[in-house]
Amino acid sequence: MSEKKEMTRRVLAEYTYEAPPVERGYTGQTLYVNLSDHTIDAKPVTDMMKEKFVGGRGFGLWRLWNGVNDDTKWDDPENEIVISSGPCGGTTQYAGSGKSLVVSISPLTDVVIDSNVGGHFGPLLKFAGWDALEIQGKAEKDVIVVIDGTTGRVTIEEAPDVPVDTHLIGQWLVEDMAEKEEDRYYMSAVSAGTGAEHTRMGCLNFSFYDRKRKAPRFKQAGRGGIGTVFRDKRVKALVVKSPPVKGDSNHPADQARIARVGAKLHREIRDYDDEQNQMRRGGTSYLVTIMSDYDLLPVHNFRFGSHPDAPKLGREVWKKRFTQGIPDGCWYGCTIACAHAVDGYTLRTGPYKGQTVIVDGPEYETIAGTGSNCGIFDPDAVLEINFYCDTYGIDTISFGTGTAFVMECYEAGVLDKEKTGGLELTFGNADASIELLHQMGRGEGFGKIAGQGIRRMKEYFVKEFGADPQFVQDIGMEAKGLEYSEYVTKESLAQQGGYGLTNKGPQHDEAWLIFMDQVSNLLPTFEDKAEALHYFPMFRTWFGLCGFCKLPWNDVVPPDNAETDEPAKIPEHVQNYVEIFSGVTGREVTKEDLVNMSETVYNLQRVFNIRLGHGRRDHDDIPYRSAGPVTAEEYESRAERYDSQLQEFLGLDPAGMSTEEKMAALREYREDQYEKLKDAVYARRGWTKDAVPKVETLKKLGIDFPDVVAVVEKYL
Amino acid sequence: MKVLSYDPELCVGCYVCEDVCSETWFKVADGEKSSIRIQEEEGKVLLSATFCNQCGTCIEVCPTEALYRDKRGIVRLRKKLCVGCLSCVGFCPYGAMFYHDDQAEPFKCIVCGKCATECPNEALAVIDVETPPQ
Repeated sequence: MSEKKEMTRRVLAEYTYEAPPVERGYTGQTLYVNLSDHTIDAKPVTDMMKEKFVGGRGFGLWRLWNGVNDDTKWDDPENEIVISSGPCGGTTQYAGSGKSLVVSISPLTDVVIDSNVGGHFGPLLKFAGWDALEIQGKAEKDVIVVIDGTTGRVTIEEAPDVPVDTHLIGQWLVEDMAEKEEDRYYMSAVSAGTGAEHTRMGCLNFSFYDRKRKAPRFKQAGRGGIGTVFRDKRVKALVVKSPPVKGDSNHPADQARIARVGAKLHREIRDYDDEQNQMRRGGTSYLVTIMSDYDLLPVHNFRFGSHPDAPKLGREVWKKRFTQGIPDGCWYGCTIACAHAVDGYTLRTGPYKGQTVIVDGPEYETIAGTGSNCGIFDPDAVLEINFYCDTYGIDTISFGTGTAFVMECYEAGVLDKEKTGGLELTFGNADASIELLHQMGRGEGFGKIAGQGIRRMKEYFVKEFGADPQFVQDIGMEAKGLEYSEYVTKESLAQQGGYGLTNKGPQHDEAWLIFMDQVSNLLPTFEDKAEALHYFPMFRTWFGLCGFCKLPWNDVVPPDNAETDEPAKIPEHVQNYVEIFSGVTGREVTKEDLVNMSETVYNLQRVFNIRLGHGRRDHDDIPYRSAGPVTAEEYESRAERYDSQLQEFLGLDPAGMSTEEKMAALREYREDQYEKLKDAVYARRGWTKDAVPKVETLKKLGIDFPDVVAVVEKYL
Repeated sequence: MKVLSYDPELCVGCYVCEDVCSETWFKVADGEKSSIRIQEEEGKVLLSATFCNQCGTCIEVCPTEALYRDKRGIVRLRKKLCVGCLSCVGFCPYGAMFYHDDQAEPFKCIVCGKCATECPNEALAVIDVETPPQ
């Protein structure tokens, strides 16, 4: 039995409070913590905020908008990290009601990033007395922030013994911060890791205590490098402790309405998950083989959409690796229960080699990004990468897509062993990819360069290695500076827009239209696409205002869904959400209101991007690899499809054309299509041709505040 | 282990069992607060009864380990650990975990035997079984 080391903690600042009761999903106050001058304060949640911004991402954007200046950079002390769940966050009856949104200025994009995450922190923060947490400033030396809702105390503390890497923070949380087993239940930590210190693609880990495993588990706010901001501010961990969670902790207006739809959804999941996507057994891994079947799985840096080895990373493999029969929800009551883990995994590389750990995942994005996209089809390699990305605090999507880019550059001769310091980063070389990750953890070698992200790698490779700028631009799968998530959009104009016409960058959070468009052909015209690119981003944004996870919305569907008017919207589930929102807040809303709520937040975010110097039409440009074949090999792999498109849409005869001529013609056509899509979407959203929200749009949405209008007026 | 058993052939449809159960556990005679429900089924002469058969499926779905099997083999709920998520209500294969808006935690038959004692026609009995039913 090891003796517990006495942990030194030095309180730098303290704030005491009486946690207000939660009323209809709100505490009515947000917590402000400044790490530079040690201000800790409560800010009121106004009626205007609830009405216009609702919560979650809306509160995050509003606090950030008011907290930063026009020229604030991601590493200025003025940058903030804002964490907020939403009025429905913390509901236990309805699957997927514990999500939080994190907002900051991103080191990758230099504009606003919003990242959504499970785990317990957001809801427990609310039950500890706060609708949101706003962190500003920078600490002189590494600190932790502890928010104890049971004693009504917030502290900023120097705690030199507290580790940095997340799996060690988890151990510290349950062993050193909790006296008894029961104390662990209602505590959660936010942490990053050493990899977040040395890269721009740092993620945040949000913990939850797994009672069956008696161990901490982690979900990630992956995108945008918020973990990098976190470590730049010299925070090691945020810890929250709350009173016990109960079914009515949100003190809803009408509990019965929530219970009714909650129990109904549980039954639906009980009856249909097994025959639909098997989320409860295999999580999101079911997507791997389906995507490969539809030619949508990223392979070799998005060059191809399928691979015969895809089943090696498919659900049937992962079902055997995931411990079955554990309620793997990342918030109470989620019976989609997709937060699976591989138990008893022994690490074979790196600083923790030999340790037996729990691997949280992998999810589809991690499998496709660090696996197939890099030509790696070994589940153990994916597990090793998944674990170290989590503990180092590195986004698996940016790591995966970034490494795939590096590998294509290597195979194309842009990089070689000398340039990479000995790493043979060819497709399929898992050992090299893992070593690259460890270099990011240590802040050494080529890992430092790769950790800058694709946008800065392109500049570096052109400047230092004489790379062909057009080539790296075409194959570098980033837009706005953020790496693409893991779907091949080449044959879906709607999804090219779904990724390219976002506020934050190419993250599928906003729109996932591939099946509707490419498979079911439900969006034939520009207007159809524009309508979908209005509705779905707005509707999907709504989840992040309220504290909901999107997966229970569409990863299980009622048996009669296909017979409804608009099956892609899953109308019965949308009505469920109307019931819960009204049930919690007491605000009677209709289905149509949900999109209106989101439009306000979405437009504020667009204006925010413009305020920060971007956000206009050219900000929505996409790399050609996302829209068509860059290399002859890619063209030839789908020659029949592309040839027939040249005939059908351009009236050309492919027989008399060389591959290069055909590629050039197709490219001109597709790039023109995307520009036309921009026009249709901007018009639908009430923006100018330069993607600037018009004043009448801002007025309609009630955010024509003077400082908001001042930003857009310059461009109208 | 102990379970409740019901013989539809002996049931006269008096619903005394529902009253006795809800009175015992909720201090009110209300079928919606009973852990045994007697039902008519369309086109059928005999009534049917829904109550927990102690199969234990709910134990696995509970995220807080609030549900457990006690020394008598009966599945019980620790209210203190319950977060009111209703996963057990939704996942019970028999619809025998009940919920009422007046109380955050669900409830079920725990084989107290009161209904069997009060049934006027001996349609209910507490019996011993070897293992939990499938």
